[in-house]
Amino acid sequence: MNDTQIPTATAMTAMKERPSFDLADAVGTGGKPAELREKVSVRNLNFYYGKHQALKSISLPLHDRMVTAFIGPSGCGKSTLLRTLNRMYDLYPGQRAEGEVLLEGQNILDPKADLNLLRARVGMVFQKPTPFPMSIYDNIAFGIRLYEKIPKSEMSDRVEDALKRTALWDEVKNKLNASGLGLSGGQQQRLCIARSIAVRPAVLLLDEPTSALDPISTAKIEELIYQLKADYTIAIVTHNMQQAARASDFSAFMYLGELIEFGTTDQVFTKPKQAQTEDYITGRFG
Amino acid sequence: MDAASMKQYARRKRVHRAAMILSSTAAVAALVALAWILGTLIIKGFGGLGTQVFTEMTPPPGSDGGLLNAIFGSLVQTIIGTLIGTPVGILAGTFMAEYGRNTKLTTTVRFINDVLLSAPSIVVGLFVYEVMVQPMGHFSAWAGCVALAILVMPVVVRTTEDMLLLVPDSLREAASALGAPRWLVIQKVCYSAARAGLITGTILAVARISGETAPLLFTSLNNQFWSTNMNAPMANLPVVIFQFALSPYEDWQRLAWVGALLITLTVLALNIIARSLSSVKASER
Repeated sequence: MNDTQIPTATAMTAMKERPSFDLADAVGTGGKPAELREKVSVRNLNFYYGKHQALKSISLPLHDRMVTAFIGPSGCGKSTLLRTLNRMYDLYPGQRAEGEVLLEGQNILDPKADLNLLRARVGMVFQKPTPFPMSIYDNIAFGIRLYEKIPKSEMSDRVEDALKRTALWDEVKNKLNASGLGLSGGQQQRLCIARSIAVRPAVLLLDEPTSALDPISTAKIEELIYQLKADYTIAIVTHNMQQAARASDFSAFMYLGELIEFGTTDQVFTKPKQAQTEDYITGRFG
Repeated sequence: MDAASMKQYARRKRVHRAAMILSSTAAVAALVALAWILGTLIIKGFGGLGTQVFTEMTPPPGSDGGLLNAIFGSLVQTIIGTLIGTPVGILAGTFMAEYGRNTKLTTTVRFINDVLLSAPSIVVGLFVYEVMVQPMGHFSAWAGCVALAILVMPVVVRTTEDMLLLVPDSLREAASALGAPRWLVIQKVCYSAARAGLITGTILAVARISGETAPLLFTSLNNQFWSTNMNAPMANLPVVIFQFALSPYEDWQRLAWVGALLITLTVLALNIIARSLSSVKASER
């Protein structure tokens, strides 16, 4: 899809397929409802790849049970920001973060934080589907088995539940023992989302989850995101402006490692405060 | 096309034809050599092949016998050698691909491993002779196993590292993102993604050692009789072939051909298994 085809605010509103979210609207018009709770607070975050600084003093909230979209041109740091939220960067030497990222009040950047427990609470889905080379059932059970010892029948229920929530159950219920690699790209991605939510994380991070998928699979995943936010706090990185507009409640526009603008998606897309934001979402650059 | 470019085109066609003829000839020559070896082996080996080969011991010259003790010895030493060498190789390869990627230690180990991979096996035999046979004062099957293990290791280290490096990092990230500790990511995800390759590497290592003569000549030597004592010299096919083929006795020479045929068929079978495993892997992708 083409980012340059979204010139006006009216077009933006027309593009929204689902009824807009009340709470977000309320925030957009100035009132701040009491339900809006910060699940994750990023405070003054700097990030370095070796000597190169990729994030410059970022501060923003992820609100509980809301979808926050990170948008911006390639290389702006949105994926880096996402990978800070579960400290995925820690797998690689030379990458480090400074500042604070509070998850329910606890600073996850603390060197003493247990990374495995953190990642069990902050799930992540990647750009390319990453099914494990094992059966569909085991793909889901893998994460559950890590931290829970539950009887077989309960495990089957959990697997079924995760697959139902991702609308995959009807497609795979007769081949749970078949390899996850045999599914189509869209099914694989939904399997990966099912795998992430099966461990019941507090936060779900989606790194361009639909950029490798066809439009129909993309629509299914967006639908899924809309349903999942009833239970999860979601952050999504996307290159697709329509997707950000359709699927998110809040948007953060980033450019060259800096957070240019943060607000409700309606506000950012219809009444951007910064000229750069407007230029980007209307397709004048990036 | 003008005359000049027509001429150039004609020249190109001639070069093409010449290159084609040369490379086809080379391919046929290689194939003929292989077929010749196999043919000779089968003609000379099948003549002596009978049940007595698998039921009787290696005979003294001039009497009937088989290769039972040698076959048994080869099996035992190959299996134990593989059992020692494979885990060490897999663990070392795992370190290089998973934990120590791009570290100085890995680069050094990889270099030494490559040297070991192409080191003549007689050097390995002499080495084990020096460190085991000499101090112990006698040849032994254990020494043979260790020599074979040393030959298995570099093959397994190499394939393990290569196969694990083929596993995409996104898979490791995905498993880590669920909260899996590193060792579990490697064990459950990386190993199962690389399984076919790891098995193939091990099979190829077994194929390599099953025909090795030099390392056994200096370690387990040979034994004319049935022996299951790992602390004593033990018979094995390659050394028996070596000894019998060089002898002036016709019945010994016949048994040497049979032994050679057996080893070749084993190696062929192992290679076919390794091949089919890696093609299964390819079709899964």
